[in-house]
Amino acid sequence: MSKSERPNPLFRNLNAKVASIPMILTASVVFVGGTLWTVLYSFTNSKLLPRLNFVGLDQYYRLWATPRWLVSIENLLIYGAISLVFSLVIGFLLAALLDQKIRFEDTFRTIFLYPFALSFIVTGLVWQWLLNPDFGIQHVVRDLGWTSFSFDPLYNSSIVIYGISIAALWQGTGLIMCLMLAGLRGIDEDIWKAARVDGIPMWKTYLFIVIPMMRPVFITTLVIIASGIVKVYDLVVAQTSGGPGIASEVPAKYVYDYMFFAQNLGQGFAASTMMLLSVVIVIVPWAYLEFGGKKRG
Amino acid sequence: MADPAVPLPAGAGAAEREALGPRGPKPRHVFSRRNIFLYGTLFVVAVYYLLPLYVMVVTSLKGMPEIRLGNIFSPPLEITFEPWVKAWATACTGLNCDGLSRGFWNSVRITVPSVLLSIAIASVNGYALANWRFKGADTFFVILIVGAFIPYQVMIYPIVIILREIGLYGSLSGLVIVHSIFGMPILTLLFRNYFASMPEELFRAARVDGAGFWGIFLRIMAPMSLPIFVVAIILQVTGIWNDFLFGVVYTRPDTYPMTVQLNNIVNSVQGVKEYNVNMAATILTGLVPLIVYFISGKLFVRGIAAGAVKG
Repeated sequence: MSKSERPNPLFRNLNAKVASIPMILTASVVFVGGTLWTVLYSFTNSKLLPRLNFVGLDQYYRLWATPRWLVSIENLLIYGAISLVFSLVIGFLLAALLDQKIRFEDTFRTIFLYPFALSFIVTGLVWQWLLNPDFGIQHVVRDLGWTSFSFDPLYNSSIVIYGISIAALWQGTGLIMCLMLAGLRGIDEDIWKAARVDGIPMWKTYLFIVIPMMRPVFITTLVIIASGIVKVYDLVVAQTSGGPGIASEVPAKYVYDYMFFAQNLGQGFAASTMMLLSVVIVIVPWAYLEFGGKKRG
Repeated sequence: MADPAVPLPAGAGAAEREALGPRGPKPRHVFSRRNIFLYGTLFVVAVYYLLPLYVMVVTSLKGMPEIRLGNIFSPPLEITFEPWVKAWATACTGLNCDGLSRGFWNSVRITVPSVLLSIAIASVNGYALANWRFKGADTFFVILIVGAFIPYQVMIYPIVIILREIGLYGSLSGLVIVHSIFGMPILTLLFRNYFASMPEELFRAARVDGAGFWGIFLRIMAPMSLPIFVVAIILQVTGIWNDFLFGVVYTRPDTYPMTVQLNNIVNSVQGVKEYNVNMAATILTGLVPLIVYFISGKLFVRGIAAGAVKG
């Protein structure tokens, strides 16, 4: 395009390169460099300061022998399964209800989505209050006369992770509903007409025609939910701080506590590398399904 | 009787009605079983979603004696704004007893520059990627997008070291840089796709007229893409205001953002728990994103649909 003599290819399109410096630095130094650094140091016995004192897989053996980490993983799996199943089902059902050409659709959508604007800290604290056994829902139901009623998920170590999931679902289903609603609006009206002419009941149309057609939307949603699950941290900090005991610990909190409180950096790095691994396990199959057939890029 | 859709007057005889036959659209039954089920379900769900907000507001307006005796769902008998004043001005976190106002202003001082810097970087970057591609640019872009899926925990500590090296660890500017880094993938994607969808002729015409990289961006591209800037602002304001992890890692107690301070106030183990103050503080912290949400409406939905990739 330009008529310049092209003295040095490095200086061609210089402005664009200057403008991309932050991206280049972020991608190479922080994302690639930082990740490699953490993985590398997870093989060392760094305590208070990072040191290159390699101990092989010791940190990982220790990690998988720590009860707190095992509880964290178990919690993450339960929390993940609940978030995945319930937010998909509830999100889709709400979207389907809103898609019936109802009145006040905008009002309902605004109400279902507003929790998503709130932070996990705010969400966690509100639900901590609602689930408070001395004042919250349990207290109210007991006052109504059902004195043996018991609903104290945040103080019962066997069900505490379900109490956290309730808050997470309240906060996050609105987003899933919005994504699903966008997907439903993308379905051709003629499909519905054809199904009606053929006399197919509505639920069957949804189950066997519409949902299979929304496959890309479901996959995107799945990836969004999954990557959110691994990151769960603030919600637990606000609602229970990991308690009672260690009953509601999650991996992200394990990493933070070992890095900044227990001064056991090696453990923190090993745990965060495991988190990275779990994301890779989720993302790679998805990327393969999505981009595997096509050219990469 | 010109319009068949108009129902017959009540006085019309049965014979007359029969003679005319059914006309006009099938009457809609407002209270059909379908509608009762549909609106009933939506209404119940809406109540469920609104209940926590209602309880927050109600609790924050009660005095402590009333909370101890009463029911969290009952409206306050005596409305008091004292908890709000206390939450804002005198609630204690550790040594400081100047309330959430400190955290609020910290959050403002974090959010405003972070939003401006991250959007400035990402918009120029997206523009370079869309219109001024250079060799290798796409490689870095792919790394950037893939990097958005890496758990933050993996990169937290290396960033601590980088910030310490450049002397910004613990300062607000350090946190601003962190927010700009982690906002970059989604914002760059947003801007790149938007600029790429603009007509190519526009760009060529400006080139022919002799405009350069910055000229085209400032005079043509940026003014034509105000909606995407608004979406980016909504996305960033709510995201950065609601952040907790980066705030707690990269700042010190006197520069904690509002979310961190709120958590410290409510979950502090010392002293008597003042639930009304806690709820007032919680509402205050949630207020900024809620206002953004209710004002922005449909644009917010667009923003999160794009930002959802961030997870």
